[in-house]
Amino acid sequence: MNTQIVADRELAAASLATMWKIRRFEEAVEDLYGRGLMHGTMHLSIGQEAVPTGACLALNKDDYITSTHRGHGHCIAKGADMERMMAELLAKETGYCRGRGGSMHIADTETGNLGANGIVAGGIPIATGAALSAKMRGTKQVAVSFHGDGAMGEGAWHEGVVLAAMWQLPVVFLCENNLYGMSMSSEKAFNLDQLSDRAKGYGIPGVTVDGNDVQAVYDATKEAVDRARAGGGPTFIEAKTYRWRGHSKSDKNLYRTRDEIDEWRGKDPIPHFEALALAAGGLTQADIDAVRDNVRTELRSAVQRANAAPDATADDLLSAVYAR
Amino acid sequence: MTIETTAAQPAAAPAPAETVTMTYSEAIRDAMRIAMAKDPAVFIMGEDVGTYGGAFGVTGELINEIGPERIRDTTISELGIMGAGVGAAMTGMRPIVEIQFSDFTAQAMDQIANQAAKIHFMLGGAVSVPMVIRAPGGSGTGAAAQHSQSLEAWFVHIPGLKVVMPATADDAKGLLLSAIDDPNPVMVIEHKLLYKTSGEVRTGDIRTPLGVAAVPREGKDLTIIATGVEVSRALEAAEILAADGIEATVVDPRTLKPLDSDTILRTVKATGRVLLVQEAVRTLGFMSEVSAIISESDAFGYLRAPIKRLAGLDIPIPYAPKLERASVPQVEDIVAAATDLVRKW
Ligand SMILES: Cc1ncc(C[n+]2csc(CCOP(=O)(O)OP(=O)(O)O)c2C)c(N)n1
Ligand SMILES: [Mg+2]
Repeated sequence: MNTQIVADRELAAASLATMWKIRRFEEAVEDLYGRGLMHGTMHLSIGQEAVPTGACLALNKDDYITSTHRGHGHCIAKGADMERMMAELLAKETGYCRGRGGSMHIADTETGNLGANGIVAGGIPIATGAALSAKMRGTKQVAVSFHGDGAMGEGAWHEGVVLAAMWQLPVVFLCENNLYGMSMSSEKAFNLDQLSDRAKGYGIPGVTVDGNDVQAVYDATKEAVDRARAGGGPTFIEAKTYRWRGHSKSDKNLYRTRDEIDEWRGKDPIPHFEALALAAGGLTQADIDAVRDNVRTELRSAVQRANAAPDATADDLLSAVYAR
Repeated sequence: MTIETTAAQPAAAPAPAETVTMTYSEAIRDAMRIAMAKDPAVFIMGEDVGTYGGAFGVTGELINEIGPERIRDTTISELGIMGAGVGAAMTGMRPIVEIQFSDFTAQAMDQIANQAAKIHFMLGGAVSVPMVIRAPGGSGTGAAAQHSQSLEAWFVHIPGLKVVMPATADDAKGLLLSAIDDPNPVMVIEHKLLYKTSGEVRTGDIRTPLGVAAVPREGKDLTIIATGVEVSRALEAAEILAADGIEATVVDPRTLKPLDSDTILRTVKATGRVLLVQEAVRTLGFMSEVSAIISESDAFGYLRAPIKRLAGLDIPIPYAPKLERASVPQVEDIVAAATDLVRKW
């Protein structure tokens, strides 16, 4: 029996803080973008916060993750610094990529985050490779590949999973099924009752969980990670959740209904978690308020400091291409 | 598209009846609509081309007019989509495959390079692959390194593919209709920054022939040869140069393969100075080939100055707006290089 997160004061507060950080970070990004203070494109994971929160709780600091275009949540949950993330999005020299990558390319190697990715499914074989490396180097590290449902249409998904299964690598393929890959519904796309049904065909265990429930995601990830560390090979996890916002700024939401969006907004993972924590006695209302207020303060100062940082410089663009 | 005529408009200056103002994006849609109305074998396939209307809104509401059978939404499977296009094209259909960003042709490259391009030759002419691939290239949107490349040289380097890069709305329509007619795989590299630009576009079932360059401006002092988004930058630069007494010819090859070398060489001979402008990275870019063609020809003897290339830096496109801008030739870079060329030589 795993730890009941909501009943454990420390874990409950940490999990709630992670979800709030993701939510507030992305709300701030949306606001800055809307006011023309942020450039480029962005993909928000508001509504999906429980997945990275639960999954990363099952990981050690030196375990690896690979992430996606919708990666702010993975990055924060694995332990990244919001100020450096914000600085990156604001094209500052102090950003994680020195302003060269932006939202879709943040990596934080200190916390094992090998990077968001602009290429759908790009991170999947990379997670396989990180797991191969851990195995060859004889460490006990595990790699988790966060990816979307849409990524399961790519050849890279198939090839990454096939290699991992053959070599029984310590990797977890964690699909955030938010029901759509851009406008394509995963139900229409894949002819499966649940995406985890696919795992059997690859010779690995597969499970589907409620992606808006931190505990459910944690339990599934913990089991998969323990098996991987013990040499039991890869696992596929489908976490069902929902993206509240459009795919990106170009989205007119023509492929889904207002009712559907509202229905899922009613399944907001944050108040759901708060209610469970209150009921289980892990957190008091005062604790809950304190977590929310602390995150707000932390985020506000992260935005302020990021804003004050120097802009990315073009000085050494040419010499930055190759490693020395 | 309709031409609005109101009583307030001066009768002396009506728009010519055979053209209409539309955006580059609308012109592409118009071409596809015309081709699909005429030939039931023509269909569109790609990610989010249906209800969503395309990642850049190019297919727009076509699905409401034509239906999901011929405006086919796919899974996120570029290699599969491209291969399905090849197979359909080999067996009587005329697919238009949309790739959301030209960067993702990397996923589909086996089907483009090893299959589509080679099948006709390799199979002794037994079959052909009349397929069109549409993909937006270029930087300027803050989408960073994996969504901003200019990869035309990859495709020009593969015998069997034709490659076009429309720079105006009218060419976007005319070249696409020619590409759809063509019995070969044609790669149409559109530019994201051009989608919302407008121009006069000929109405109806028109063509811009493949393999014919455009010369949108003629001047005696130098020839600027530019592709894609750099064509409009070159024209803007030419205006500025003219104010400074420098008269530039601007050449837009439009089709990179097959290339209209004749027009290039003729205009180079006429001016004796040449500035080549591309957004793509410098090393082994398309303009390297143009430079070589000029050097190998009798136009070489007419040159009064060394051939000058302006190109993107040899780097991945950075995210920060200032850095992104500094990575590819801008109007002021063209003006400076052209001035230098004319004043020094
Ligand atoms: C190879 C590739 N194809 C297409 C795209 C464009 N694109 C970006 S995200 C996306 C949808 C991805 O869906 P999913 O994997 O379900 O992730 P979600 O956006 O739902 O988080 C698409 C089509 C891309 N970035 N890379
Ligand atoms: Mg999805």
